[in-house]
Amino acid sequence: MDVIELQAILAKEQHHPHYLLQMLRLVQEKENYISPQVMSFFAEKLNIPLTKVQGVVDFYSLLNTTPRDYHILFSNNIIEQLQGKEQLMKQLMSKLGVELGKVRADNRVCIDNTSCIGMSDQGISVLVNGLTITNLDEQRISEMVDLIEKKIPVSQWNAQWFEVKDNIQRKDQLLSTDFIAGSVLDKMKNNTADQIMEILKVAGIRGCGGAGFPLDSKWDFCRQTPADERFVVCDADEGEPGTFKDRILFQSYADLVFEGMTICAKIIGAKQGFLYLRGEYRYLLDSLEKILEKRRDQNLLGTAILGDSNFDFEIKIFMGAGAYICGAETALIESLHGNRGVPRRRLPYPVHQGYNKKPTVVNNVETFCLAVKALQMGGETFAKLGTEQSHGTKLLSISGDCKKPGIYEFQYGVSVREVLESCGADISNIQMVQNSGPAGNSLSPEDFDRKIAFEDVSTTGSIMIFNKDKDLLEVIQNFANFFVHESCGFCTPCRVGTSIIKNLVNKVRKGRGSNVDLKEMQDLSILIRNAAHCGLGMTATNHISDTLKKFPQIYKERLHNSESLHPTFDLDAALEDARQITHRQDAAAHLSA
Amino acid sequence: MENIITIDEQMIPFKTGQTIMDAAMEAGVYIPHLCHNPEFEPHGSCRVCVVKVNGRMMSSCTTKATAGQKIENNTPELQENRRCLTQMLFVEGNHVCPGCEKSGNCQLQAVAYYTEMLSPRFQHFYPYRELDPTHPDVIIDFNRCILCELCVRASRDIDQKNIFAMSGRGIKAHLIINSPTGKLGDTDLNVNDKAVQVCPVGAIIKRKQGYMNPIGERFYDQAPIDEMGDIAEPHAGAKHHD
Repeated sequence: MDVIELQAILAKEQHHPHYLLQMLRLVQEKENYISPQVMSFFAEKLNIPLTKVQGVVDFYSLLNTTPRDYHILFSNNIIEQLQGKEQLMKQLMSKLGVELGKVRADNRVCIDNTSCIGMSDQGISVLVNGLTITNLDEQRISEMVDLIEKKIPVSQWNAQWFEVKDNIQRKDQLLSTDFIAGSVLDKMKNNTADQIMEILKVAGIRGCGGAGFPLDSKWDFCRQTPADERFVVCDADEGEPGTFKDRILFQSYADLVFEGMTICAKIIGAKQGFLYLRGEYRYLLDSLEKILEKRRDQNLLGTAILGDSNFDFEIKIFMGAGAYICGAETALIESLHGNRGVPRRRLPYPVHQGYNKKPTVVNNVETFCLAVKALQMGGETFAKLGTEQSHGTKLLSISGDCKKPGIYEFQYGVSVREVLESCGADISNIQMVQNSGPAGNSLSPEDFDRKIAFEDVSTTGSIMIFNKDKDLLEVIQNFANFFVHESCGFCTPCRVGTSIIKNLVNKVRKGRGSNVDLKEMQDLSILIRNAAHCGLGMTATNHISDTLKKFPQIYKERLHNSESLHPTFDLDAALEDARQITHRQDAAAHLSA
Repeated sequence: MENIITIDEQMIPFKTGQTIMDAAMEAGVYIPHLCHNPEFEPHGSCRVCVVKVNGRMMSSCTTKATAGQKIENNTPELQENRRCLTQMLFVEGNHVCPGCEKSGNCQLQAVAYYTEMLSPRFQHFYPYRELDPTHPDVIIDFNRCILCELCVRASRDIDQKNIFAMSGRGIKAHLIINSPTGKLGDTDLNVNDKAVQVCPVGAIIKRKQGYMNPIGERFYDQAPIDEMGDIAEPHAGAKHHD
């Protein structure tokens, strides 16, 4: 990349060190890798240590440091894995002659895995040079090989491949909203911040990111903290495997999100907002920029919004680059500063000291939409939706063993069974439903009459269904691998503990475990939950403790020896390398069992 | 209410703004720790100092003391947690105490003794890590690094040199060095820099001092860590005797 192009990127991002990640992402998008020269350039121009740039590049998994023309990342959520992603990936690798994670000798192509890219309802999906391709099959794989060998740029590939359908299967209040951009801002135009807050208080909206924190308290804390500047951040780092609701909201309801952020800005007195969009949703960026531009034209953003000389607000889209941890609000704020996405310590809260150490509201995409909905329909009407403690509706991203995967909107209080019935799951055949992704909880058929609500089955919206023919230990192994990949590495229990858990699951899955290993998994999951620095670590072993409790048989039936300690080392397995090298698979090359 | 917290039944006074660790150190109550050094901003990454505050697990180095907190510190449950975290650190790197120049002066080893660690418990990871001998006065052996980031903080905040930084993610997180080659010899690190003094383990060691002080007469050979305190700041955090 020449200096003129790099200078242009610097200028586009205002020479601001906070936008380092944005600059690096632009380079990655153009060149598919970030060279040492580029890193030195930014270090020098932004006057930051080179190691800071290196540390950032090495933290975000969508950034590379070696050249390649095509960078292909397979979404390796368990849903795709059970649909045969592994076989398709192997086909592609063998046809192209590449090894997993290694760039081909001619620097043409590299194939690797990545965490869920938010397409669990769209078949097997990949990111090719950052863009999403869905519904992969053998046909598409063969054509892809041709395109790559002929060096056809991704921009000239079959446009149909890049289609991402909304896939809305059930609408309730939010998704059936007939919304005109600016209508709620206009409706609230003559209301004071206190008056708007009053409506939101009556509505009783709770955050959709997982914790269920009351929206009105969060906004109140922020606006009541004395400061000369405040910020609004929309957390669209939708990384929980199996969830894809934000994708739909941005594809078809983006104005609701932006209107919600703008209302929040009006209330707390923020002039700048950020939409933190996960890097995996790069394909949405251009259309979102257009919508923002349109809102500026309509005077719904910018200075003196709707003629109110005291109301200026701008939204910048900030792209992530592959880090689940950045969905945690303090890690997200670190990332917004152009840093590695390492969560801050618990206090002070972002509503007191967030972006630039100023009071900051960080809310989920869906939460901002609900705020607009409540203002549109009135606080009291909104509060009647759902249950006493969980008002409104919830978007569920359903995937796995069911006839109609997709987005389902239900009012809180719906039973798990009703949800499963509506998506065409074969209820008598279900083994487990994983709620809220690997960090959530594992539901067995005994839980199906429980209600989706903060007071019962609380959910981030990811619902993955596994029938009885699925190997649950394969599911658990996938989840354990996910946390090893996504731990930020800051604190000991999460950094090291997730790897130990992964090894133990592997050991049991291979039939070499004993009860001692199960006890170790149980003890470690408690320790990691208790000792971890942040929410990721505290929930990284939920899938282990939940399944050990609810599905003990899936572990027990694989034990080699249920009583005593059994070594991990397997002499026969250790000889596999030697067999590969010598091309021997005859009986004499194996130890008898 | 008076500024008093209770640690294991003992009343401890604190000043507004102090953390639980600050108050404990001042009162001579030992809470095991590795990434904490009172000269620096609290970090909260090793998690060895986690205590139970009103029933909830919190790292004492990053949690502010507030009047009336009931804190559990030296309990079998917390000692077990700390032992387990220490074991994790041992298996994550390559820590061979008998062959390490820091043996006897090493906080990781001392905490292992204090928590009565008798085995590695987990399978060793045996990572491949380099040793960087390029500097004339200082050696850095990444095998022994526990990612406490004390050198990062010291070099940035006190030496103002920014020689060390973190890179990678998760189990691949590692220390990197700020020079065009990534080697220590190409930095302006000086043996007297704070960053060289603060390493609690044997990752950053000074040359030409090997075994000047024989094993058996070293810092933690005199008494356990709860009596001796930190190696970088002798007696910081050590138990007081009445």
